[in-house]
Amino acid sequence: MSNRRHSALALVRNYGIVVVFAALFIALSVASSTFLSSQNLLNLLAQNAPIGIMACGGTLVIIAGGFDLSVGAIYGLAGVIAAKLASSGDPILALVVGVLAGLLLGLVNGSLVSLFSINSFIATLATGYVFRGIATIVTSGFLVGVTDPSFGELGKAELFDVKVSVFIFAAVAFLTGLFLTRTRYGRYVFAAGGNAEAARLSGVRVELVRTLTFTFSGACAGLAGIIAASRVSSGQADAGVGLELAVIAAIVIGGTSILGGEGAIWRSILGVMLIAMIGNGFNLLNIDPFYEPIVQGAIILIAVVADSRTEGPITRTIQRWRQQRALPAP
Amino acid sequence: MSAVAAAPRTGAIVRVEGIGKRFAGIKALDDVTLEIERGTIHGLIGENGAGKSTLGKIVAGVIAPSEGRLLVDGEPADYRDPGDAIADGIVSVQQEIALVPKRTALENVFLGIEPTRFGLVDDAAARARYAELQEASGFAIDPEAIVGGLRVADQQKVEVLRALARNARLLVMDEPTAALTPDETESLLEVARTLRERGVTIVFVSHFLEEVLALADTVTVLRNGCLVQTTPSAGQTPERLVEAMLGRSLEQTFPERRPVADPDRVVLRARGLRREQALRDVSLEIRAGEILGVAGLVGSGRTELARAIFGADLLDAGEIELDGRPLTATSPRNAVDAGIALVPEDRKNQGLLMGRSVRENVGLAHLVELCTGPILSRRKQGRIDDLLDRLEVPEHRRGVAAKLLSGGNQQKVLFAKWLLEEPLLLLADEPTRGVDVGAKRAIYDLIADLAASGVAVLLISSELEEVLGLAHRVVVMRLGEVVAELPIAEASEDRVMRAAFGSTATAENRDKGAP
Repeated sequence: MSNRRHSALALVRNYGIVVVFAALFIALSVASSTFLSSQNLLNLLAQNAPIGIMACGGTLVIIAGGFDLSVGAIYGLAGVIAAKLASSGDPILALVVGVLAGLLLGLVNGSLVSLFSINSFIATLATGYVFRGIATIVTSGFLVGVTDPSFGELGKAELFDVKVSVFIFAAVAFLTGLFLTRTRYGRYVFAAGGNAEAARLSGVRVELVRTLTFTFSGACAGLAGIIAASRVSSGQADAGVGLELAVIAAIVIGGTSILGGEGAIWRSILGVMLIAMIGNGFNLLNIDPFYEPIVQGAIILIAVVADSRTEGPITRTIQRWRQQRALPAP
Repeated sequence: MSAVAAAPRTGAIVRVEGIGKRFAGIKALDDVTLEIERGTIHGLIGENGAGKSTLGKIVAGVIAPSEGRLLVDGEPADYRDPGDAIADGIVSVQQEIALVPKRTALENVFLGIEPTRFGLVDDAAARARYAELQEASGFAIDPEAIVGGLRVADQQKVEVLRALARNARLLVMDEPTAALTPDETESLLEVARTLRERGVTIVFVSHFLEEVLALADTVTVLRNGCLVQTTPSAGQTPERLVEAMLGRSLEQTFPERRPVADPDRVVLRARGLRREQALRDVSLEIRAGEILGVAGLVGSGRTELARAIFGADLLDAGEIELDGRPLTATSPRNAVDAGIALVPEDRKNQGLLMGRSVRENVGLAHLVELCTGPILSRRKQGRIDDLLDRLEVPEHRRGVAAKLLSGGNQQKVLFAKWLLEEPLLLLADEPTRGVDVGAKRAIYDLIADLAASGVAVLLISSELEEVLGLAHRVVVMRLGEVVAELPIAEASEDRVMRAAFGSTATAENRDKGAP
């Protein structure tokens, strides 16, 4: 009996994000008449497609035991490159080159981390500055406008009344999730972050796996960057400043372990949408938006404390108290 | 402090009564009663895993006993953490040096007890006290030296200084000489004698018998967690201590030893393996179906040998041939592809993904065989369950995280990982560490069956009876070298232990003298 209660508790701990997400979803549906409208929900998805795509890449990096702080800069630089090329050439090719640039920058990150054993937090902090600097040089600090309307298609076009970017987001999330759970490379990603030494002694090329997660993360940031640039038909060097932290926040809120080795794509998607719903709720309910960052911060803390992996004197005391209660009286 | 002043000048400083200790259900110490006399050096010896370090840690208040009680100056002491023990003047110097490597000797010595003035660290007072301590101990360590840059022996001196700075009157030293050169060892022993002259009591945990005999006033021998004897060291000889350490071993049932499957086929041929200080010119051969036992003390190079063959550590020199072909394993990946499997000694840190499921762990090394293209195949993964059936890992435990399994089942999972595709060569490092008796037998059967089917096995174990019970041939390592190679018929516990402890000369002499 206590066993069942225990597993129910574990379930809440493991699926806390689902509970919180559902609660907020229901609360907003009740509190606001417009929240549940398909237009509002599709808007929410479209607005958050870029950050959602980046969260997919970031989740792989974190599960493999890394950290990518340069995705905000890659996002900006990819948009700038695409806009610059589009203003003088084929806009579709320009968008493709934007994604490839992101992939290449991610490969640079991964190679630095693997070949020189630089802590990925520091390596990507540094490359983030460099990438951002390159974007500023390319644009000379000005906004790069694109006049060719086909450049804007990616961000603005709709298919069955749904923005194309939403389909792209869904496809990336679905394929990444499949990759992580159904292919052997996904297993290697978990192994590299869960116990690098054990993975190495099992014949997994840990360094290579990590490099590829950074490469993928870069490509995702590039894709997100060109979607955003296409939406506004322009590239800007300071697009996506601070976005990397929003991405990490979404991943952590979802319940992916910051220490690596555990996590899932669907968690990060829920994390992204949870943050988006908070903002949306503030909007719809006319609450002073100045309070929004405080709520976001509080939710991150709650998400981490609710995580079963946390320790510390308070957690230990609660665990001891629970144990004592579970023991039969002497 | 008043307790110290009031303490009697003679008699036992510490008495343990009926002490027992379990780790995760496995008994490390059982009903040990012992007195440490004030102002003496008390040696604690035993085989690896005999419980000597555990006893030392309990005396020092580093860990709490599961049963029994600890009396200090005749009063029951209930230390909840090392800090309580230190306040009572009982300090331990651990096997692994526990200093902050990037800070100076001065900072390390006073870490946590910095003298202060108006809330700020009083450097002048610290220096003055440091000078006093140096005088009292006779050590000359520059207080400004960065600890990480000191020789190991000097780091150990810093540890001792730190203990003295905390007014230690009982010092527990756990294998303090394990990492030292002979010269450094001699100077550390001298330090211990100096401290004894100044009234400090020392508990000296070691497996170097000569050292203990040269230093200690009293020697306690432990075996399998039980106290065998406590005697004055005068009148003891290494031979008698080895006998006491081994005792009459618990009869463990091993599978019947089958003949080497294919004695003409040499699966592993290693020549002149060298790696830094860990391996100094090691050569050996293993035939198909042969179990080669590797005995030796912890740190003798056994694990390094297995890791080098597996490509986990790079060799400085040497050649390895696998099944007649030269092997250039520069990474575990190459070794796995060539047909080598390694069951590492530390399953928590090197073996398993503790947070992932049993099935996932079993599949990790052979995912290519479990996939159709890049996609994991449910049908092919059925092989994992077949294997786990064979190893009798219960069905309902296979989907749960590895950390929730018992030690025995975890070890089976570790083996299962390499059984999906039968290897040519299995390197098993401490295959039954932390495993209960029932599961041990299952693992012995597994190893014996693998050998019978033609796999060459390198079996490393600190449990001598395991090596002697399973292997066809035994090599003994000491200080990175193979010091003895014995066919199983000639390998006795006594001979192996002597070789491992480096007293082969005596053993040979005695053998020559025997009729």
